[in-house]
Amino acid sequence: MRDALVDARGLSCPMPIVKTAQAVKTLASGQRIEVWATDPGSVKDFAAWSKATGNPIVEQSVDGGVFRFVLARK
Amino acid sequence: MTVAELPANGLPVELADILPEPGREAEAPPRGLAIICYSGDLEKTWAALILASTAGAMAMPTKVFVTFWGLQTFVKDSKRITGENWMQKMLALMQRPGVSHRKLSKMNFLGMGPWMMRTLAKQYQVASPKELLEAAQALGVEFIPCQMTMDMFGLKREDLIDGMGEPVGAATYLSFVGEGAAPLFI
Repeated sequence: MRDALVDARGLSCPMPIVKTAQAVKTLASGQRIEVWATDPGSVKDFAAWSKATGNPIVEQSVDGGVFRFVLARK
Repeated sequence: MTVAELPANGLPVELADILPEPGREAEAPPRGLAIICYSGDLEKTWAALILASTAGAMAMPTKVFVTFWGLQTFVKDSKRITGENWMQKMLALMQRPGVSHRKLSKMNFLGMGPWMMRTLAKQYQVASPKELLEAAQALGVEFIPCQMTMDMFGLKREDLIDGMGEPVGAATYLSFVGEGAAPLFI
């Protein structure tokens, strides 16, 4: 259940956040975006981004070094 | 299902800390970031553009005031010689303008240092200054040239990359800081 996907695997800081922010701009309120990242810093970075922008993290998980986030546009 | 309708008990623990209470906006909106991009060195340009693009991604009102050597970064990559008199032209000749032509302040070694930095960045998928600049502009970050530096280097608006703001002076920067934006000098 997602409206957009950002595959940021392999990308370094700050591109996972930057690409996500760009993709979120194309969504309507309540729509969801899934992000895949391998940057270990992204766990804290996405929490900070969510807090600053008010777009909540709906789900998050890690599988084999890939961090997966589902975010909603507020 | 909208976010507000999600059951509170079905959410990961971290989310409870992050989500504002229903019907309430997140506290204190970010007041912005005011970067002075003073250096034209590759390493400092990189840092300034990482912060600018991230601030844009975090929806912080962000302005980058571009002055002195920093202004060389915001001249179009295709421009080789800028300026009107021989000294201005000579300065441009000695230091090639453009975001893709930055040099390291140390260990430049006739371009060997920046070449190694760019090769490593590519290998580790670190975005280049040019990519970060374009991302920052797309996320609404304003890049504003310093009028005084433009005059001193003989730069014209058409020498600068597209999308730059109106040239201004120090007072404009300070008034943005006065409104609560965090100041950074890079």
